[in-house]
Amino acid sequence: MVTGDVKLIGSWASVFVMRARIALNLKSISYEFLQETYGTKSELLLKSNPVHKKIPVLIHDDKPVCESNIIVQYIDEAWSSYGLSILPSQPYDRAIARFWAAYVDDKWFIALRSILTARGEEEKKAAIAEVEERTDHLEKAFIECSNGKPFFNGDHIGYLDIALGSFLGWWKVVELDANHILLDETKTPSLFQWAERFCNDPDVKPLMPETTKLAEFARKLFPKPQA
Amino acid sequence: MAEEVILLNFWPSMFGMRTMIALKEKEVKYEHREEDLINNKSALLLEMNPIYKKIPVLIHNGKPICESVIQVQYIDEIWSDKNPLLPKDPYQRAQALFWADFIDKKLYVCGRKTWATKGEEQEEAKKEFIGILKTLQSELGDKPYFGGDRFGFLDIVLIGFYSWFPAYQKFGNFSIEPECSKLMDWGKRCMERESVATSLPDPERVGGFILQLKKLYGIE
Repeated sequence: MVTGDVKLIGSWASVFVMRARIALNLKSISYEFLQETYGTKSELLLKSNPVHKKIPVLIHDDKPVCESNIIVQYIDEAWSSYGLSILPSQPYDRAIARFWAAYVDDKWFIALRSILTARGEEEKKAAIAEVEERTDHLEKAFIECSNGKPFFNGDHIGYLDIALGSFLGWWKVVELDANHILLDETKTPSLFQWAERFCNDPDVKPLMPETTKLAEFARKLFPKPQA
Repeated sequence: MAEEVILLNFWPSMFGMRTMIALKEKEVKYEHREEDLINNKSALLLEMNPIYKKIPVLIHNGKPICESVIQVQYIDEIWSDKNPLLPKDPYQRAQALFWADFIDKKLYVCGRKTWATKGEEQEEAKKEFIGILKTLQSELGDKPYFGGDRFGFLDIVLIGFYSWFPAYQKFGNFSIEPECSKLMDWGKRCMERESVATSLPDPERVGGFILQLKKLYGIE
């Protein structure tokens, strides 16, 4: 089977890039990883994503695909005969997976990030409360989607697992930064156990950044104001 | 089994228009229920969309589907036997989804600023708004529709905003036609379709609605 020429422009630290890489791993697609240097944007990136100028960009036979969740869906469709399906097979389940993936990006991630950008204790406390409330929604979503199986997608990792699971590295970093547990074994037990399974999946494990390294990068990206 | 399709909607919503158009393009029989978003959201809306409490909500045989772009994809997948809305080719689908995402990230917020802000902020918004439309016009190129020869997904995602253009121009005191004449032609072309003409409100009525919102939010 010929996969074509596949390149991915990205960075080791990016959640969104990880989504694309997990999807490529699930389909056993070989690709050339073009690592962007932090602080600069390569010519290829600017040419391939002129609208947003952001990573990840998947380039398949010289044709660029942008936006991580769209890339994951594209990988599932372009290589539909490779490996297992990433999106659920039923239209209703697909709609639910898409809804929650959008929620992760539009609501949950925004709250998580605001912990890192919070100024002062009051703001931080409010941001933490918001993350806890939204994580609780995701716990319920997991129970609804998984239907007793190990992943959001059922027996194996899929679209929504990838959308949320890719955050697990940063989730841990924000926990350390906030000095507050954000994925609680007692409050959200299903998600807690799912997280462990997700991180140990062979298509995910090699991609998950090392916490210390990521925390150091986070300090660069979100510098603390001088006291 | 008899299909039961309900759409919870609010007439000025350019998002609700998408779902309505998609259902009509597929000739799906559905029950339209108008929500009073300003005064009183129905118990059904709150039950079916507890996360966002927003319209449109599509209820298919008792099961809710939320978010308009997700609804249009769902409609295309369920009623796949007629009038395909999304392209078949994975790359073209990815492009269509990319531009739908672009429209959702940029157009609504910017459009709102053209009537809800004043002074410097409003001037910036008007410039940005024209810029967004020019980018979309560029994507349209010389094609009759965004998808090519056939009216489809991306046309459906954008066309609802067309009914708001006259109001944006009136309240923002600017004109879209000079720099976006091809896009305006596209709008008129889409309006020739019954599904679109019967789903978009009269622009005059949209203008009246904006006046109502300005009063409600204390915007001069």
